[in-house]
Amino acid sequence: MTSTKQNGEVRIGYFVCHCGHNIGATIDVLKVADVIKNLPGVVISREYKYMCSDPGQEMIQEDIKEHNLNRIVVAACSPLLHENTFRRATEKAGINQYYFHMVNIRENASWVHVDKAEATRKAIDLSRAAIQRVFFHQALEKKQVSINPNVLVVGGGISGIHAALTLAKAGKKVYLVERDPTIGGLMAKFDKTFPTLDCAACILTPKMTEVKNHPNIELMTYSEVEKVSGFVGQYKATIKRKPRYIKEDVCVGCLDCIDACIYKDGKYYDEFNVGLSKRKPVYIPFPQATPQLVVFDPEACVRLKRGKCKETCVEKCDRDAIDFDQKEKFEEIEIGSVIVATGFQIFDAKKIPYYGYGKYQNVYNALEIERLVNSSGPTGGQVVMRNGEVPKKIGIIHCVGSRDEKTNIWCSRVCCTYSVKLAHLLKELSGADVYNFYIDMRTPGKGQEEFYNQVMREGVHFIRGRVAEVTDWAAEKEEQGKLIIRVEDTLIGVVRRIPVDMVVLGVGVEPHSDADKIRRLFNISCSTEGFYLEKHPKLAPFDTASDGVYIAGGCQGPKDITDAVAQAGAAAAEALALIDKGFIEMEPNTAFISEDNCSGCKSCIPLCPYTAISFDEEVFKAKINEVLCKGCGTCVAACPSAAIDQNLFTNDQIYNEIDGLLKYEIV
Amino acid sequence: MTFSFLRTRKWKYQKPSRIEQDKTVRRRIKYESELDIGFREKIAKMAWGERLDSCMQCGTCSATCPVSHYMDYTPRRIIDMVRQGFKEEVLNSFTLWVCASCYSCTVECPRGIKITDVMYALKREAIKQGFHPKRFLIPMLASKFYKQVLRHGRQNEGRLILSLYLSANPLLLLRNSKLAFRLWRRGRMKLFEKGIRNKASIRKLLSSIERREEEPVQ
Amino acid sequence: MKYIYYPGCSLKSTGRPYEESLLAVFKELQIPMEELHDWNCCGATSYMSVDELKAFGLAARNLALAESQNGINGNGDPDVHIVAPCSACYLVLIKTERYLKEYKNERKAVIKGLKTIGLDYNGKAVIRHPVDVLFNDIGLESIAKHIKKPLKGIKVASYYGCQMIRPFELFDPVHYPVTLDLLVDKLGATPLDWPLKTRCCGGSLTGTLHEAGMRLNYRLLSEAKKRGADMIITTCPLCQFNLECYQDRISSYTGKKIEMPILYFTQLVGLALGIPEKKLGIHRSFIRFPNFQALEMEV
Repeated sequence: MTSTKQNGEVRIGYFVCHCGHNIGATIDVLKVADVIKNLPGVVISREYKYMCSDPGQEMIQEDIKEHNLNRIVVAACSPLLHENTFRRATEKAGINQYYFHMVNIRENASWVHVDKAEATRKAIDLSRAAIQRVFFHQALEKKQVSINPNVLVVGGGISGIHAALTLAKAGKKVYLVERDPTIGGLMAKFDKTFPTLDCAACILTPKMTEVKNHPNIELMTYSEVEKVSGFVGQYKATIKRKPRYIKEDVCVGCLDCIDACIYKDGKYYDEFNVGLSKRKPVYIPFPQATPQLVVFDPEACVRLKRGKCKETCVEKCDRDAIDFDQKEKFEEIEIGSVIVATGFQIFDAKKIPYYGYGKYQNVYNALEIERLVNSSGPTGGQVVMRNGEVPKKIGIIHCVGSRDEKTNIWCSRVCCTYSVKLAHLLKELSGADVYNFYIDMRTPGKGQEEFYNQVMREGVHFIRGRVAEVTDWAAEKEEQGKLIIRVEDTLIGVVRRIPVDMVVLGVGVEPHSDADKIRRLFNISCSTEGFYLEKHPKLAPFDTASDGVYIAGGCQGPKDITDAVAQAGAAAAEALALIDKGFIEMEPNTAFISEDNCSGCKSCIPLCPYTAISFDEEVFKAKINEVLCKGCGTCVAACPSAAIDQNLFTNDQIYNEIDGLLKYEIV
Repeated sequence: MTFSFLRTRKWKYQKPSRIEQDKTVRRRIKYESELDIGFREKIAKMAWGERLDSCMQCGTCSATCPVSHYMDYTPRRIIDMVRQGFKEEVLNSFTLWVCASCYSCTVECPRGIKITDVMYALKREAIKQGFHPKRFLIPMLASKFYKQVLRHGRQNEGRLILSLYLSANPLLLLRNSKLAFRLWRRGRMKLFEKGIRNKASIRKLLSSIERREEEPVQ
Repeated sequence: MKYIYYPGCSLKSTGRPYEESLLAVFKELQIPMEELHDWNCCGATSYMSVDELKAFGLAARNLALAESQNGINGNGDPDVHIVAPCSACYLVLIKTERYLKEYKNERKAVIKGLKTIGLDYNGKAVIRHPVDVLFNDIGLESIAKHIKKPLKGIKVASYYGCQMIRPFELFDPVHYPVTLDLLVDKLGATPLDWPLKTRCCGGSLTGTLHEAGMRLNYRLLSEAKKRGADMIITTCPLCQFNLECYQDRISSYTGKKIEMPILYFTQLVGLALGIPEKKLGIHRSFIRFPNFQALEMEV
């Protein structure tokens, strides 16, 4: 253990934690402390029940002073949790925090093993590796980077709206990017919200208007984030602005062009009414759309498709706002942090053929019902089915696409409650007999169970059982011409056939089909189901593993409006905390070049993703800009003459760590 | 438990079948001491029975089953009774024998439980432990079939049904005689047919494949 | 490549017309096929209820025989394709193949047993249903080339039954299979869209739990009739038997007269290919399709 890089005599203090039973039950902590005590360089070796507690930290500090320690190794939980705690304690006792090293013997040993002897051995091996490593630790200083106070919010649903408003109110400049022509998201399509039956539009549209009018918010609708580069505090994003074929600053939203269109009636799929009505090639998604701007659908507009049309719309527009020559534009913005609030999509019920969605016209999904019962919807709030009749008996099927290994395995969390709400609304509006088919009724949250109870008392039937089939083959006379729901009433233990006029599928929610593409832009990980992964499921559900990138709302997991808004507020507050600090401290894990060894081959330069490496023609050597270097290590591995080394991961540190790891004794 | 539905001679189609009700007042309680704790594990260890524990009692199996309305316990209840160790009720149940192996439940189960294969496992267990109802045609058919194949290597439908009805209820033979005659006239039924050439090989093969009790499916 | 034909017990008795028509159609389409020598019963559903491992052993003997018949043990053609027309046989063989692949100890025990009678099993045999062969190997287009009498004006309900398509999704979607309907369409007839095409006929329950079996068949027959089917085609001898042979009894139970011709799909193909009725075993049916004569006149 001799090296020129050792600065003076190395005196190591080793501290191993029981973490209550978390480590202590599986690992013989006393033995570990005992074995490590005898290793070269170790001055003191101690164990303690909770190393992270105040007495534990004080113990380390006192030992540093008393025994004149200059290296500290703590074997405990994950560095993600307590590395900073111990670094601070080390620094307080007067030595540089990078002389401290943490060994994870909880997640890496005690939690993943059952054999006590073997787990103990592993803990010893990991600790020995750390002891050999710290010999080569050096005093380093954190670097500081300033923060651009602008924030990018991706997604203009209720989460994005709320986050943007919170930030704007705090005086920060916000870019709100939405890919649809209007903000509002899914919530804008809802009729009433559970469990209070607040009108969704009445509570949402004021917020939408506020977004439009707020001086700190730059609203970019019909736009998509195309490219993101940089790092926390200094991101650059390229935004694609899709052409509306309308001059946004000239159009006042009089909608005269829509009336003037050569199509007298709607002919194309209306996205906002999920296909229950038709729209024209020029349209506005819904009356309260924000911004109040029309859009030309290039797939439908005759002028845009064929280049020739009577252009009655242009004639009618007295402000000359229509511009068929508009092209896609790309704008670059600079921001310091990002809130991703891209939401979820509903499950496509066509994937479950035995429920007959798309085959029987009177089978609807829940979103279609939201539009159907909405007073501004395609039927003006009348419950009239596609065949023109008013249903007398309605079946609502829960868990469509959820809790099923063949589709989505998770519980979508909102379907039970929205199904109860739809049962109430459908019964109220049509007077029909409503049957709800559920597997397990999940109505957690304030006021939800009470609402469920109220709807039960309104006479809605609740049958526990997953529907096996919706079919039109009649076995009995009264089933003729109806849709028959076949289900086991599991609480009674009998199979029932229930003929209904209308079937509502309580479809679950899932990540957007292109969620993966967006996630890669921002370097966010995802869970197995595809929802964006939070930094910690309990304590940081709005944070991600990418610094300065936060998530909120449905993109992180199924949730209702209440939770989405709460999470958006939390993400905004987190971003504010980052911005108002003004700078961030970065780990000093930058790479550096030992000029003696650099041959000037330039192979590292094109590899650096942060363009941190330049070439000094005078001395014919590469040079690394410490401010730009993110410590990814690519150049270190690529350098053919091993001239590049990286702080915190020097060759000496890693080789000695491996050496320590392999020096196990056969027990 | 009654066999009443088996005795039905004529059924009037218009009348939906009534749920059989037990008119006698009976005390019903299950004590832990009456349960068979190891039953669940035993069935779960048989082929493709591994996922029993993930059943969420949604009833898709029962609702999709074309014959569940002839069962005393729906498939869903059988699954839970197996899990809870209600061995006697399960092995005595008609449900196992009514199952026609159409695999609808296996295909639809949202938890991927291979219910048809669980039913097979229960049938084997019931035959092995002598639980199935006496003179009940379905398990009898299974064992007649088993013996005939063991002897001839092939199965002869005419003779199989003949021997089944003879030992179960000769009246059934009478009732089906017309059908048998019509089949015979069209050359679709023979009472005598050669088995395979090498009959001994079948017996040798089957006797060499014996699974020892203590050796569960891994 | 030569297909190996595994008839199973039913095709030699109640399902004789199926065998006759299958062989005739394959011959007409020049598909080489030879019967598996000394095949034995697959074990069907009954065997599985008594002893699982023996049931797999019994079925595995056929697979092993097929492999040796096609010279799998030598360096010969590794393509062993067993054609199993009976849906029960088809599924039992497939299940055996999968089971022996999945469970190691059981595979060892079965192969050990096979060795005692001088056989070996390598897991190379592929089990095919004739529908699969006609649809995927031969192709509808080349069948169409052989059609001599397009079956114009007949409405055909395709009945897929259970075990050909469940539980493994092999060549047709489990919830809504289409192969037979496409075939029917190609033959010139009109395929009927009906929701019961995969609903169980009761299998052996017709003989053991009579009422249940009758009711299931009644549902199928009456629904097909209600939707205007002229005939039902099946792919399994037991389905065909159940649907056809109990019709008079169902009629007397319900008081509704049902006369629905039940044909094997191969018989229908055979008719379109212009094979004489006698060769297709049509004369063995209980219920005759009245218009076949007229059909022949048409051409």
